[in-house]
Amino acid sequence: MINTISVMLSALFIRKALLVGTLISLCAALLGVSLVLKRYSMIGDGLSHVGFGVLTIATSLGMTTPLYVAIPVVTIAAILLLKIGDRGKIKSDSAIALISSSALAIGVAVTSVTTGMNTDVCNFMFGSILSMSKADVIISVSVSIIVAILFVIYYRKLFAVTFDEDFAKASGLKASRYSNLIAILTALVIVIGMRMMGVMLISSIIIFPALTSMIMFKSFKKVVISSAVISIVSFWIGIYLAYVYNISTGAMIVIVNLVLFILFTIIDKILHD
Amino acid sequence: MDLIKVKNVSFSYPTKKDTLKNVTFSVKPKSFTCIVGENGSGKSTLLKCILGLNKGYTGEIIKEKRIGYLPQKSEIQSHFPASIEEVVMSGTIGNNIRSIFYKKEDKEKAKEIMETLGIYDIRKKCFADLSGGQQQRVLIARSLCATDKIIVLDEPTNGLDPSIAKQIYELLDSLKKTKGITILMVSHDIERALKYADTVIELTDGKVIFNGKPQDFHIGGESND
Repeated sequence: MINTISVMLSALFIRKALLVGTLISLCAALLGVSLVLKRYSMIGDGLSHVGFGVLTIATSLGMTTPLYVAIPVVTIAAILLLKIGDRGKIKSDSAIALISSSALAIGVAVTSVTTGMNTDVCNFMFGSILSMSKADVIISVSVSIIVAILFVIYYRKLFAVTFDEDFAKASGLKASRYSNLIAILTALVIVIGMRMMGVMLISSIIIFPALTSMIMFKSFKKVVISSAVISIVSFWIGIYLAYVYNISTGAMIVIVNLVLFILFTIIDKILHD
Repeated sequence: MDLIKVKNVSFSYPTKKDTLKNVTFSVKPKSFTCIVGENGSGKSTLLKCILGLNKGYTGEIIKEKRIGYLPQKSEIQSHFPASIEEVVMSGTIGNNIRSIFYKKEDKEKAKEIMETLGIYDIRKKCFADLSGGQQQRVLIARSLCATDKIIVLDEPTNGLDPSIAKQIYELLDSLKKTKGITILMVSHDIERALKYADTVIELTDGKVIFNGKPQDFHIGGESND
């Protein structure tokens, strides 16, 4: 095993993947806790479909770094989704389904007209962390670091707003500002995370670590820390297994997360019965 | 100086017109004011206007800057992983809104309040695992972290056993007497409100129909203002 790991680490593309993947896993887990608690789990899924639509269009227009377009568009979509959920006539889950399937349809339609189902499109669908360009790496690393720093700076306020929005507002906090912050950070993580996990699987790394941690821990701080650890460890185990058995990395990461979730559930049952 | 002054306040929701009609009253320092009335009489709406959660009312509200608030139960909180300490600490959020971390004075204040309310020894426990009465005690502690003048409570004894509800009223009464905290609460438990409050305000269909001492109160009575 140690041999395999040292062979893995000797390859530059794996080292790049490890760096980016670790940071994205961290950010996804941090945000995941708030999203799951606020019942916004499906937003990740919806946004990734929007991301797919944008990426396919950008690629078909011949852009080499489609992330430059995807980041702003998905961010706007995230804010819109939250706003609709807050006070729209359409319920937020239906709104997400509407927007995500439309974006996916547009993406698929554009693909059929232009390039067809080529490797690029497949990579968007299922992730391709091992084939990232230098620009992708730089964007992903900087965005992740910004997300993590903002999370730490606003941790206390995010807790207050997530736990009790009315109390936070009555205390003078601009609650909608923090909901928007969560939406923007989520959009950023989704877009850069799509490279690693793919459209179909990205929402799992946001939801799974938070859910798994909430089985075991009963304080917000512990849940946040545990989510971060679980997310990063799942990523490492996932990428190792994917490399050894030649399985899609994104899929493997989700499976590791699933196994941990089941394991924690069983341990919790045994401990509390 | 009154801590809260509500003058000719009217408010309509987009779907429900005239939820509040020309409401006027004031809250004196160190008083225990209960707003009573049927469901849908506009009690909670009135609190939300006072707290700035409902925008777009007409009339004037002058209020103390630091108000502690205890909202009605929210569904999210019944599964939320948060320790008692975390919940109480979050009450200090408005005191130092710009700072990144909690300040030492905030931590000390939270500790002192938790000790007063007898929840300091269980501060590491999960909020969601507590009984209804204990949860309200924690939320009262949180509201006290935000202020040392006035707390505003929205049906704090809803869904509690009568004996536990009595404890909550007694706690509020003692906060008023020993710490000089002004209490403004909404309740539909008229019997207890009359026993503990020193001022009773009755709302019906968004209008104040009584504002006075509990001993002068008759259900559905006329205002003697």
